[in-house]
Amino acid sequence: MGLRTFKGGVHPYDGKEISKEKPTKELKPQGEMVFPLSQHIGAPATACVSVGDTVLRGQKIAEAGGFVSAPIFSSVSGTVKAIEPRRVATGDLVNSIIIESDGQFIEKGFEGCEDYTNLSNDDIIKKIQEAGVVGMGGAGFPTHVKLSPNNPEKIEFIIANCAECEPYLTSDYRSMVEEPEKLITGMKIILQLFPKAKGLLGVEDNKADVIASLQQLTEKEPRITVVPLMTKYPQGGERQLIRACTGREINSKMLPADAGCIVDNVATINAIYTAIVEGKPVMDRIFTVTGDAVMEPRNYRICIGTSCKEILEAAGGYVREPEKLISGGPMMGFALMDVDVPTTKTSGALLCLSHDEVASYESTACINCGRCVEACPEKLVPSRLSKFSDYGDKEQFETWYGLECIECGSCSFACPARKPLAQSIKTMKKIVLADKRKK
Amino acid sequence: MSDLLKVSSSPHVRAKDDTTRIMLYVILALMPTTIFGVFNFGLRALILVAVCIVTCVISEFLFEKAVGKKSTVGDLSAVVTGLLLALNLPFTLPYWQAVLGSIFAIVIVKMLFGGLGQNFMNPALGGRVFLVISFAATMTHFEFDGVAEATPLAVLKSGEAVNTLDMLIGRTGGTIGETSAICILIGAIILILLGVIDLTIPGFYICSFIAFLVLFGGHGWDSTFIVAHLCGGGLMLGAFFMATDYVTSPITPMGKVLFGICLGVLTGVFRIFGNSAEGVSFAIIFSNLLVPLIEKVTVPRAFGITRTKKPKEVKANE
Repeated sequence: MGLRTFKGGVHPYDGKEISKEKPTKELKPQGEMVFPLSQHIGAPATACVSVGDTVLRGQKIAEAGGFVSAPIFSSVSGTVKAIEPRRVATGDLVNSIIIESDGQFIEKGFEGCEDYTNLSNDDIIKKIQEAGVVGMGGAGFPTHVKLSPNNPEKIEFIIANCAECEPYLTSDYRSMVEEPEKLITGMKIILQLFPKAKGLLGVEDNKADVIASLQQLTEKEPRITVVPLMTKYPQGGERQLIRACTGREINSKMLPADAGCIVDNVATINAIYTAIVEGKPVMDRIFTVTGDAVMEPRNYRICIGTSCKEILEAAGGYVREPEKLISGGPMMGFALMDVDVPTTKTSGALLCLSHDEVASYESTACINCGRCVEACPEKLVPSRLSKFSDYGDKEQFETWYGLECIECGSCSFACPARKPLAQSIKTMKKIVLADKRKK
Repeated sequence: MSDLLKVSSSPHVRAKDDTTRIMLYVILALMPTTIFGVFNFGLRALILVAVCIVTCVISEFLFEKAVGKKSTVGDLSAVVTGLLLALNLPFTLPYWQAVLGSIFAIVIVKMLFGGLGQNFMNPALGGRVFLVISFAATMTHFEFDGVAEATPLAVLKSGEAVNTLDMLIGRTGGTIGETSAICILIGAIILILLGVIDLTIPGFYICSFIAFLVLFGGHGWDSTFIVAHLCGGGLMLGAFFMATDYVTSPITPMGKVLFGICLGVLTGVFRIFGNSAEGVSFAIIFSNLLVPLIEKVTVPRAFGITRTKKPKEVKANE
């Protein structure tokens, strides 16, 4: 009793034990770094360096392409080698700045700010915007936009997404174990923007040590509360987290701010801390290399732009032949065609599996068992939606609330007929949304 | 090496239960009932069970072979159909009739509509109703301990008293699998613990049936009468093993509730006002036909969609 959660969800094997105990290690990359110009939702950034330029670590190499966009910074010192399209984790070709590192990591000077309480709201948001902070849990939504809601006085809850519900990933966990003060200070900075809001740290109860230490650290912070959550996927889904922490529900047409909430994950709040207190832009992040095919699964503090291949080599390479490589976790990550893809602000993990369950199962007839309905955190009927998708029935797809799907994959996970439900729903969702945009 | 990697859309992991395993769970849950049936009615019951299962599996295999489809007998659903059909037959039924019923269940009710997942009525019940209509005499001939006797429900219908304890244990006449309420409940508990079914459909079925009995049964709140009706006939077997058939019951949560109530009321109507003492098979089959309609009116509201929202939108359109 007492553990907060949402209705639905699934319990996949969590695989966190293979990487969670080892401390985070610094990884200094060598050679070529790739910085895709689109690492966030919104307009791509525009390069502000040219081929042949020398850059320092922390130097801006691309300007934000609009308000809903974010600038990009070099994480190494070196020379701009090329600006050309490169393949990224999602499989797309994205225009990227390629920098040859000189191995020196000479930093541009940063202006820290020990006492952020003197900063005005505008200053704080400006600094966050200028530091290129985006949602680092995977969505990549520019954080300064999130922190500028229409009615700031209506914001009642700032929720830190410390759930880390995606199996295998431990980067948020390590960060909360090793540098929890960053999270708490970051939260205090956000709370300063919203004087009426309360800060909630939503942590799944499989991280009991973190819950205990955060509770201790926030004892003297009247505005911050630790909320232990039931360990269940997708507990860290934005809508599910809001439901668990506040009892409020939002749908696809609403923003968290409509329910008086702002949600940011651990890595994002850490980036806010770094941007304000240390004055540094987003250059590094914590990254999990894990899976049964990796020699030494663990977390690294990487320079954004490092190739996954280099991180894998640092982790000792493969211990057995991998069958599937995933950028991110097993529930929502992208399968990679090649391990040589750059990390971005939103990449949290490289998962190497020696056995691909999806390929080993054959999909059979739907027996209408309803497990997808039980699993769906959005209370949808995935088996029916997937059928409408197969038939191309857009009208029924919308009537059965297909557009509410959060693409968490719980339905595909639960399906005993091994149907790729999430895949067909995602496809149909794209088609319907594209149609709407045309109108 | 990189060109050997597998690529697919997320998620990249799957739960352990598959269709075959679920079917295996159902077979396991039916074992107490089957074993008791054989113990109750003797060797002939066992042979009848075997005949039905074998016929079902072979007819599915041959049909798929004939139409050039990939064989699906490995999913064990034909075994479940055969077993359930056998449990719904009197042990005295001639074997050839059981064979006909099995073929009807698989070929007509299941395969002609597209196989597993596509049939609109429960194949085993379809087969049983086909036999009841075609061979009324042998299908309603019940023997117990070597003596032909009426089923408890028929006795009850004619206004005489029945022994409810015998009915609970199953020491009465009836079909092979329907007599023992206790064995069926053990099976039901197995299914619930294994997560195969939940109590929604059986719960609403039984509750609405009791409500119907109290209101229209003519006995008011008479617990002996109610227990006799619950344990008699195919109600227990139907409620836990046939009404909960995934394929032919609604998938929407509210639809399951409506479906259960519909079953309870229909069973009541057939049993109290109908000519025959039995009504479960027909109630389930009839409700199976209502499933698409039930689902249409019970589309669940998605997470975060408020009830008041819809009428507002309609007004805006006007």
